[in-house]
Amino acid sequence: MFREMVGGLRITLREMMTKPITIQYPEEQRPVPPRHRGRHILHRYDNGLEKCIGCELCAGACPVGCIYVQAAENDPQHPVSPGERYAVRYEINLMRCIYCGYCAEACPTEAITLGPRLDLADYKRERLVATKDDLLEAWPGFHPMAQGVAEGRGAPAPQTSPLGAGSSHQGPAGSAPGLRPPIPGSRGSGGGAAPI
Amino acid sequence: MGLSTRDEVLAVPRLLRAGGLQAPALPGVIPAERDLADAAAQEGIFATTVGKVIAWGRYSSLWPATFGLACCAIEMMAASNARFDLARFGAEVFRASPRQSDLMIVAGRVSQKMGPVLRQIYDQMPDPKWVISMGACASCGGIFNNYAIIQGVDKVVPVDVYIPGCPPRPEGLLDAVIKLQKKIAATPVNGIRE
Repeated sequence: MFREMVGGLRITLREMMTKPITIQYPEEQRPVPPRHRGRHILHRYDNGLEKCIGCELCAGACPVGCIYVQAAENDPQHPVSPGERYAVRYEINLMRCIYCGYCAEACPTEAITLGPRLDLADYKRERLVATKDDLLEAWPGFHPMAQGVAEGRGAPAPQTSPLGAGSSHQGPAGSAPGLRPPIPGSRGSGGGAAPI
Repeated sequence: MGLSTRDEVLAVPRLLRAGGLQAPALPGVIPAERDLADAAAQEGIFATTVGKVIAWGRYSSLWPATFGLACCAIEMMAASNARFDLARFGAEVFRASPRQSDLMIVAGRVSQKMGPVLRQIYDQMPDPKWVISMGACASCGGIFNNYAIIQGVDKVVPVDVYIPGCPPRPEGLLDAVIKLQKKIAATPVNGIRE
């Protein structure tokens, strides 16, 4: 009888000796594949100009219509993008978005890509509309947080990740003690972004 | 917390800006929304202490009602498996009866015909109850912007946490459960809900 019991429990006993496969998610994360389609990032050129030229091809390619682009003419003295036009407003409804990547395929200047970020859950649906400040890649010359500091709304900018304004996995908990503490992780870069 | 009057609560941001105080936090929990923390601070020491214990019990044993409607349900099942292990957050016991559950994970698109059923299941759950709207379809309709699908389950039941994604990864669901736990921890026990 003992032999049968050991035989029946053979796999169980063997698995007891192995390392558990559980990934302790908030502390450790399984590696995101390089072509993973998570939250969008709007890119810049090396000189700080935005790659987006406001052509609205991404909005046209989007199967759910979750992208809104409002374009304007560039000022020749202070251009925002190298083209004739740039995007004044660029908003993505992250909740409606299905992260298919068609916007990145349609973009002629590779201005928009889909990044590695996964933790997008939020308490309010209004906050899941990402504005240009949220999506645009951080650049040392101009940082969206700088406006918030000037208006006394937030603390100096925390460390910016090269992946974009909202790409840090954990929000800067307690680093932006403004009038309204940010919910950690929901808006990566703290109090600088435009309130919706 | 030690803060009992509203003036002291309002003084906290000033102290924070001066760098003299840490953010007021429930033990082990990062503070959630400011108004909720305000409400908790107004209740007094005894109520908040007991309330913390009750809230700890609530957020440590969320029992979800099975409400997988579409492909998001596959990710929900994956989240409860050993690799992601929803049991680490005390939320692995998916109940087939709404009477035994206090969390409803709406995973998938809700058709007009399913709406009343969803509401009935929600009404049958005992009272401190929460709803996670998982995925683009449940949150706002997703690609199904048509007459057959309800454009967001918050038209039918109050939703606490929305998860974008089509479908979200299991990590996304775990993240939402963690955020919901923070919200429950910061909500006064006998207080109002949004």
